[in-house]
Amino acid sequence: MTEFTEGFSEPSRKTRISKFHVVSMVGIPLAAILFQVYVPRFVTYLSYLELPLLVTVYFSLMRRSPVAGVFFGAGIGLAQDSLSHNPLGMFGIVKTLVGYFAASVSQRFDVENSVVRLVLGFFFFFFHQFFYWVLARALLGEAVDFEPQQILVVALLNAAVAVPLFHILDKLKVTG
Amino acid sequence: MELLLSRYRNLSILLVTILAQLVLLAYQVKSNQEVRLIRVWAVSGVTPLARVLEASRSGVSHFFSDYFVLLDVRDDNKRMKAELDRIKMENQFLRTELSTADRAHSLAIFQAQSPSKTIAAHIIGNTTEPGAKVVMVDRGSSSGIEKGLAVITPDGIVGKVINVYPTASFVLLATDPTFAAGVISQTNRVHGTLRGQGYSTVTIEHVQNEEKVAQGEWFYTSGDDRIFPKGLPVGPATVVRPGKTSKEIYVTPSGFQEGLEEVLIIVDGVHAAIPDASPENQAVHLLAPPADDPGATAAPAQTGPAATDADRVIERYRKIGDVEKHVYGERGSGAPNYNLSPDQLSDRGTPGGKTEDSKTTPGPNTPDSKPSGNVPPGMTQRKAGPSTNP
Repeated sequence: MTEFTEGFSEPSRKTRISKFHVVSMVGIPLAAILFQVYVPRFVTYLSYLELPLLVTVYFSLMRRSPVAGVFFGAGIGLAQDSLSHNPLGMFGIVKTLVGYFAASVSQRFDVENSVVRLVLGFFFFFFHQFFYWVLARALLGEAVDFEPQQILVVALLNAAVAVPLFHILDKLKVTG
Repeated sequence: MELLLSRYRNLSILLVTILAQLVLLAYQVKSNQEVRLIRVWAVSGVTPLARVLEASRSGVSHFFSDYFVLLDVRDDNKRMKAELDRIKMENQFLRTELSTADRAHSLAIFQAQSPSKTIAAHIIGNTTEPGAKVVMVDRGSSSGIEKGLAVITPDGIVGKVINVYPTASFVLLATDPTFAAGVISQTNRVHGTLRGQGYSTVTIEHVQNEEKVAQGEWFYTSGDDRIFPKGLPVGPATVVRPGKTSKEIYVTPSGFQEGLEEVLIIVDGVHAAIPDASPENQAVHLLAPPADDPGATAAPAQTGPAATDADRVIERYRKIGDVEKHVYGERGSGAPNYNLSPDQLSDRGTPGGKTEDSKTTPGPNTPDSKPSGNVPPGMTQRKAGPSTNP
């Protein structure tokens, strides 16, 4: 194994589980949802920022437990559903899958690497939007437009925000 | 079985969680009912925080605008114009207060004049759904709000209430693609269905190509949808063109033009007639001019040739008034015959350029004795509107 690949998949690091205060684990998702509810009223282009998704990805990656990822994604997704006018479960299902896959990925890669975080942020945003679109068409029968080029650009923006955001959230880890 | 579950524990939990949410989703779609308890918890949890955020934002915003911006001005002028700075600060403060008061005042005036019973509400947030045009207002079931109520501003319709919680409600804006409302055009009374597009303009559907709709013509609510009372302004048609099966009409909603901060929710709607003039061309009542001061000299009248169409019309009416011996604005004198042709006018009493004389030496009660000289006394003038037939 080369030094480069070790940087992405080092066994000693991947097994390390990060812990957070309960206050952080409740307050940060709530803040992310509030941000999505409130801030785009004044800064319209910030509506493209999917902070609840980024928070789901972050905690799932850091906890490195698919079960925790599932519950975390479902919780944030259902809270987000409650504040939308769609039936409950749309965001819940999508974010449940995101949480599960993010936690599964964290067991194989060094998710503290910025490049890995950028790629994962990009991938999971695109996955989230695509799967939401599939569910909206299949389950609700809504004729929602899916514009891959626009979503790729927005995914890139979200990934760019994810890297510094994850670094800030790293400061909230409980050490020891 | 246990071995299987423990071996695939993660996958099992994932499947159970997704299955549970699918069942929840299916229940809501099938029964067309929402799981109200979860939503009430979420909205009740978020509303106080959103209110705190809004209060903080407006506080900080006022702090910056009222203090820091003016602090620079004050520092620049402190040595030379200390007194002027104090007045500027006071002026700025009063302007802000006046602006807020104006907005609230206009809303209150509209609320008092509107035949429908309305409740004022403040927009406190958006929903989390991407692309949806839904906003959250700070009035809920505790204020008497119900699902399906119409939401308006004094300028036009805004949307309708789609979800109600004790302290807040969700309002689907007219620009949302799922929004629809019955509308009617002002001039030709063409019925159609308003639909949002997700953008700043909305479309009017189901208008046949044969029906007449002019560009700039205003649309009003028709009351057919049983949500919006008849007669509320929707907006002017900005684009009208024939389509494949029906006309393509794009309307700019007038309710959004001033930005959305405060709205009115109609709790008891009353249908009203479609006005004859569009909101921006409503007739403005002008009082008759005050009686002439006997000691004052008459205002100079227009002596040159009629320069505009309006001048020529006024000239013609003056001739008609002279021929018919009619004094404009006098009660009980009826109306002169406005259909007299120029030939008839010259035949019936204005020979030999008498009109020129009457124009240059008007009597005290003739239109020219009025300083403005453009509107006969007692007549109603339209503000920036199209000329109307007498």
